[in-house]
Amino acid sequence: MSAPTLDPPGGAGATRRIRRLEPAALAGVMSRDVALFGRYWKATTFSSIVQPTIYLLAFGLGFGSLVSRVGHVDYVQYVATGVVATAVLFSSAFPGMFNTFIRWQFQRTYDAVLAAPVDVEELITAEVLWISIRAGVYGLAPLLVGIAFGLKPNAGMLLVPFIGFITGFGFAAFGVTVAAVAKTIDNFNYITSAVLTPLFLVAGTFFPVSTLPPGLRTLAQFNPLYHCVQLVRDASFGLLRLADLGHAAVLIAFALLMWRLAISQLGRRLID
Amino acid sequence: MTSGGEAAISLQGVVKRYGPIVAVNGLDLEVRPGVCFGLLGPNGAGKSTTMRMLTAQTLADEGEISVLGYELPGESKQSRLEMGVVPQLDNLDVELTCRQILTVFARLYRVPRNDRPAAVQRALEIANLVPRADTIVRDLSGGMRRRLLVARGLIHQPRLVLLDEPTVGLDPQVRQELWSLIDELRSSGVTALMSTHYIEEAERLADTVAVMSHGQIIAQGTPAELVRAHAGEQVVEVYGSPQRLAEVGELATQQGWPSRRSGPAVAIMRAETLDGLAPEGVRRPANLEDAFVALTGQEIE
Repeated sequence: MSAPTLDPPGGAGATRRIRRLEPAALAGVMSRDVALFGRYWKATTFSSIVQPTIYLLAFGLGFGSLVSRVGHVDYVQYVATGVVATAVLFSSAFPGMFNTFIRWQFQRTYDAVLAAPVDVEELITAEVLWISIRAGVYGLAPLLVGIAFGLKPNAGMLLVPFIGFITGFGFAAFGVTVAAVAKTIDNFNYITSAVLTPLFLVAGTFFPVSTLPPGLRTLAQFNPLYHCVQLVRDASFGLLRLADLGHAAVLIAFALLMWRLAISQLGRRLID
Repeated sequence: MTSGGEAAISLQGVVKRYGPIVAVNGLDLEVRPGVCFGLLGPNGAGKSTTMRMLTAQTLADEGEISVLGYELPGESKQSRLEMGVVPQLDNLDVELTCRQILTVFARLYRVPRNDRPAAVQRALEIANLVPRADTIVRDLSGGMRRRLLVARGLIHQPRLVLLDEPTVGLDPQVRQELWSLIDELRSSGVTALMSTHYIEEAERLADTVAVMSHGQIIAQGTPAELVRAHAGEQVVEVYGSPQRLAEVGELATQQGWPSRRSGPAVAIMRAETLDGLAPEGVRRPANLEDAFVALTGQEIE
């Protein structure tokens, strides 16, 4: 890209073209997120380690005394890989919802950003990108905890941040969309209880979807998190197959759909 | 480039409706370069809507808007690159330091990487915040936060600045600080459009004042021109008992003298034309407030 320069008043940017999704705008918005991250990374990192640890202790060891294996997989390892999707979901959908609503409605920082040469599309894309990069990285935490619990490291695990990134992108954009249509922050409770909780339980995280009645089993196919769980497991156990391309395709489609939806829904409300 | 020619800001026949409410109703406005232009009007006159339309955060239903020669909303991003905005509401990130906020906005305004530290330093100096550079916003006083908002709008040395009610809700001392800041800006040759509902603010800072009421400009000129045209040269203020004030008010109405209640007095405008018919009272030069009330029929706080 031609780095746009700003001359002293008068001669500025006369030759500069107006474009969509400029890297400089995305980087600018994300630099704000990075600066803020410097304030809260300790809390985020703490919970990203402690949460999977508790899941593994409660489900893996507690529940695992009843169920020792799922298929060929040790139950602790089954949960450790499944919880990656949970971590990605929580670290993308919630920031998507709460950060967006707070920055838009309470702090009005989005007003300030949009008064600068940043478009709605750039603002939302940058926010979602940042959340999903973070979700991808923190999605590794359950695997690290799992390794401490005896999960065998596998080169395929290196793909997990990318899977987490794509899944996180979709759910972050989903969160932004929810924030856009919610009248108050309390309305998020509807989404958390009626949408996110079932998504996270019926995804093959703690028990295989195949144990569900046929109706629910079919529904699970529409759950992006289910496809995330499958991909993460296959990658982590070194079992990637052709079918995984299908899972990846679903996640990419979900991400693209949610991205456009977030831009149209929030954009309509940011620009009146 | 546009029909606006040399105008820094040009609005023609601009209309903005919110359902049945017409916030801006056929607004025509032209701001020449290098001028500090005051948009004066009571609350609800449509000033903030107008300001938001200049950054394309509100889209006009009708009419044409150009800023710095760029047509809005199509070329708004380019015009936003070259202008700065100081919002009415504090929208700072409370968790970040002054330096962090200014650095983020230096990036948003595409200040080249190597120039950013100097731009941030310059903005901190303008806003007199150098000793507070690494304090987080939450710990700043209200006046400091407002100065930081101004600094943020100037980070890229824009040639046009929008100031939306820059001193609303500030105590008098902080307001003075901000006024001198805006005055310095004006002397440096930057074009400024400032909305305000404080008469004194417009009178002190603006080269040209446009009075806005019900979404339209109803008068425009230098403060002195507006006073002369709409309030005359002198005002006589008659003090007395409520009964006396009522009598004077009635007399003024009968005689067709422009008058208004002004605190504990009745003020009769254009006293110089009354040829000794005016009741006894205190004579003073007419001011912008008299003109404003004569124009809008509204008292201000």
